Amino acid sequence: MANAVIHGKAASVSFHNVSKMFGKDVLAVDDVSLTIEAGTLVTLLGPSGCGKTTTLRMIAGLEMATRGRIMIGDKDVTGLPATDRDVSMVFQSYALFPHMSVIENVSYGLKFSGFNKAETRDRAIAGLDLVGLTQYAERLPSELSGGQQQRVAVARALVLEPQVLLFDEPLSNLDAKLRRQVREEIREIQQKLGLTVVYVTHDQEEALAVSDRIVVMRNAGIAQIGTPRELYDAPSDAFVADFIGEANLIPCSVDRIAGDMAEVSLDGYKTTLSARGLPVGPAILAVRPSRVVVTRGTKSSGGMAARIEKATYVGSRMEYTVAADFGQIFATVEDVDTAFAAGDEVTLGFEDRGPVLLPPS
Amino acid sequence: MRIATTERTVHPVLIFWTIVGWVGFLVLPWYGIDEGFFRFEWLFDGYPMDTDHAPAAMLLAMGQKWWLAPLLLPLILPLFVLNRRKTEPIYAKVLISAGAFGFGWLIAQGFGIGIRGWSFDWLEALFGPLDDRQFGMGYGALLLASAYLFFFTQGIAARGAVNGDVFVVSSIGGVIAIVSIFVFFPIAKTLLAAFITEDGSYSVAVFLAKFFDDRIWALGCLFGGRCGVAWNSLFLAVLVGIITTLLGLVFALVVTRSGFRYKQGLRALTVLPIITPPFVIGLAIILLFGLSGSVTTWVADLFGIRPTRWIYGLPGILIAQVLAFTPIAFLVLIGVVEGVSPSMEEAAQTLRADKWQTFRTVSLPLMRPGLANAFLLGFIESMADFGNPLVLGGNYDVLSTEIFFAIVGAQYDQGRAAVLAIVLLAFTLGAFYAQRFWLGKKSYTTVSGKGDAGVHPQMPRRLSIPVYAVAAVWTAFTVIIYLMILYGSVVELWGVNNTLTFKHYITAFSLRLDEGGIRWTGSAWDSFWTTIQIATIAAPLTAAVGLITAYLLTRQSFAGKNAFEFGTMLSFAIPGTVIGVSYILAFNVPPIELTGTGIILVVSFIFRNMPVGVRAGIASMSQLDKSLDESSLTLGANSWQTFRGVILPLLRPAILAALVYSFVRAMTAISAVIFLVSAKYDMATSYIIGRVENNDYGLAIAYSTTLIAVMLTTVGLLQLMVGKTRIGRRMDHGSGG
Repeated sequence: MANAVIHGKAASVSFHNVSKMFGKDVLAVDDVSLTIEAGTLVTLLGPSGCGKTTTLRMIAGLEMATRGRIMIGDKDVTGLPATDRDVSMVFQSYALFPHMSVIENVSYGLKFSGFNKAETRDRAIAGLDLVGLTQYAERLPSELSGGQQQRVAVARALVLEPQVLLFDEPLSNLDAKLRRQVREEIREIQQKLGLTVVYVTHDQEEALAVSDRIVVMRNAGIAQIGTPRELYDAPSDAFVADFIGEANLIPCSVDRIAGDMAEVSLDGYKTTLSARGLPVGPAILAVRPSRVVVTRGTKSSGGMAARIEKATYVGSRMEYTVAADFGQIFATVEDVDTAFAAGDEVTLGFEDRGPVLLPPS
Repeated sequence: MRIATTERTVHPVLIFWTIVGWVGFLVLPWYGIDEGFFRFEWLFDGYPMDTDHAPAAMLLAMGQKWWLAPLLLPLILPLFVLNRRKTEPIYAKVLISAGAFGFGWLIAQGFGIGIRGWSFDWLEALFGPLDDRQFGMGYGALLLASAYLFFFTQGIAARGAVNGDVFVVSSIGGVIAIVSIFVFFPIAKTLLAAFITEDGSYSVAVFLAKFFDDRIWALGCLFGGRCGVAWNSLFLAVLVGIITTLLGLVFALVVTRSGFRYKQGLRALTVLPIITPPFVIGLAIILLFGLSGSVTTWVADLFGIRPTRWIYGLPGILIAQVLAFTPIAFLVLIGVVEGVSPSMEEAAQTLRADKWQTFRTVSLPLMRPGLANAFLLGFIESMADFGNPLVLGGNYDVLSTEIFFAIVGAQYDQGRAAVLAIVLLAFTLGAFYAQRFWLGKKSYTTVSGKGDAGVHPQMPRRLSIPVYAVAAVWTAFTVIIYLMILYGSVVELWGVNNTLTFKHYITAFSLRLDEGGIRWTGSAWDSFWTTIQIATIAAPLTAAVGLITAYLLTRQSFAGKNAFEFGTMLSFAIPGTVIGVSYILAFNVPPIELTGTGIILVVSFIFRNMPVGVRAGIASMSQLDKSLDESSLTLGANSWQTFRGVILPLLRPAILAALVYSFVRAMTAISAVIFLVSAKYDMATSYIIGRVENNDYGLAIAYSTTLIAVMLTTVGLLQLMVGKTRIGRRMDHGSGG
């Protein structure tokens, strides 16, 4: 028999006004609607308690929606338990069955999917091959390293060719180096097989690195959905701006709207930015620390006078806390050779593509 | 691609239970067989025509027992939905109504028609006299009842309860059914019995009269007279609770906070109460302090005073119970003392408290809920203890023995037994309630998954000296007691003729080889084999019920879960004597006639020991990360396959522990057993008590020693087996989450 090949059978996932209550008064997910295209990797990102894991578990069928409809492909799965959904999940703790060998773990789900013995074995081997662990087939999970266990868990989920593959913070038990490696492997397999993957994490860097799209969640709802680039460059509000990367949030005012550009002023510093639909009045300016320009001395025009409060050397760059009239600003500067010291008088400016106008909070 | 079970039109589980139902209705004898079902004599004794052995269908065909006819309808109905989809509303509707009606009717006819026709006057008034009758239900009825029950649960599951999980809903249904039948029904029957007047009607006045009887509540002992049994029991239980808690704490401190070298030896103490039949301590006390006891005669000789019977009564019971239950308190308090986080104590020490101040102001207050817990356990055990008061009680009456004498004594007064049982139950349930709901929320010693790097400080000096002294004295005393038991079994006649002999062992356990094979000629063999047999049957059933319940409690959430948990743990707080009395009251008459059979013993063991299985199961299941189940579910296994393939294999140590524990408990139990044994099914413990009552101490002690040896072997084997079930090199997965 020819070697089995693992395919993707990707399907889309959609939520229609889904809510989840725990008990009578805990609202874990509040009226969420979203669509995840087939064959994409979508990350649910947010601080702890924002409802991202509950959302994931509702796709798996481990939690049942209190209200709303969940579709996988064009099938309504709202009432189906986990067993009956064509979805696999990789758990934070890997959840490998400690009493079964690696190959038994990977075959486990196949046993319930109507494959005969030979097919089961072929597919399990193919799955292990995909994650490069064929030689460990007969070991117990406890005899593998953390990263290897993680890959077994991925293989175990993959061999079922699920319509949707779910990851619940899969990297949080790995060390930093391994984390980067495994996340690249996951992304590679996802793209190779064209899988639909939903991925939960609270690490924004991880999310930016692996995702086709990111769903930022906050307080049981969705704050913004977009590609990594969109979220980083054009956050919809102060929360997203601060959560995806860091951002200095500076109160400012919109003086005039001309077309889709806005004239913005803060403390005498004036600039023209994309208005993004904001009216004249108070607003917030979000500036990434890396987009802040710090120059020595006080200049007469085009900048804000400020003073270095704290200067920290972190190897690849300098981190400054700068005090201006409107408050403190955090800035990172690549130039470590001509660093400023605390107390230096400087002038602040922003790079052209730097600041983003946000609605007042 | 998986095929959702909701879309299947073949339902193996439903087909199975339909077949079971039909077998019960068409093939197996409907009524209970007096000679015992598994001898299969009924097959050759007029089956299927004989009314006593006929299946229900045959009875109906012969025009008898017309009231069984309606049972056919709910058996036929499910056939029509066999190839429907679960999601179709008709599927659930038919199964729910068929199951509910069938089960309901089965119970109604069972209670409505008994050995004297109609069981209730109003039924006779309604339908006219009935010149027919029926006896207890048999295996046919049992199968049919199960079929109805599981029709019902499958219907409920199809409607979407617990995510439509048939296995979980059926398990919940099954556990509720058996707990209702074998715990709540007998208890309710006992409550009712307390209200029955002599002519069979119900009266509150009768209950009140019996309840406020002076023999129960009199306070005469405060003024030199006698007190009621309730006060006696209460006083004794409080004393035992306090003393066992203190001694338990002493031992726990020695084991966890001293440089004492033989800690493992002390830990072995905790095995003692499990393997010691409850009255054996009492026997040893008699050997030491009884009228012809060694200590008594020695003191009498030394000081020239007349030996007295001072030990019979409060002092004797107190000593025996403290000996018997200190290890239980010890077991609880080891956990508590170890559970106090060392970092708390280290923090106190870095804040300039010395060792004694640390102990007094930090360690001890943190242990307080644990101490209260140990006290309540001692209290409940003392209240429920039957063997020691029976052997040593003298004139000091306590509730548990009074219940026994009310039933078996000359006074034969079911009502009084019932009232006493209610009083006893009120005390133990009160303590149980306090323990669960008042202390349950107060524990300071939750062990988090995080490693605590600290080390417990040693005891301060002014504490360690008295602690060592007490521990040494008590250990010596315990050792002497157990030596006495061994020694007493090889002495001709204690206190009178101290020559060594194996006479008692020979009387009890002699055997002879002749042409017919081994002849078990010893007088104890009968009860010994019965005990082994009953214990062997009861142990796996207990473990199964306990673990399934634990699985439901730890892994599933469903409406009414708290009530479910309370109900299943309740039998822990029901003293054996109360179980005994209530089983007699409930299962002596149809529809469930079990007295005199071995089944009633098995059943009583299952429900007496089930809480232990539940606790063992909960303890080990809560160490299994829930993501293991969840990943199995997302991989397409259903909850039964998950339970079988993932949970059970990982629970092997817990299963073995539950098995051995229930086996051993079944061998040492006396309080419930003594009501339920019959000539045919005599148990070892009740046989021994019989010997004691005939002052045949030698034989009794020899038999007890043998039992202890058997159980020690069993427990030892368990340790060996459990020691081998390790999984891999380390068990560090499944710890996140």
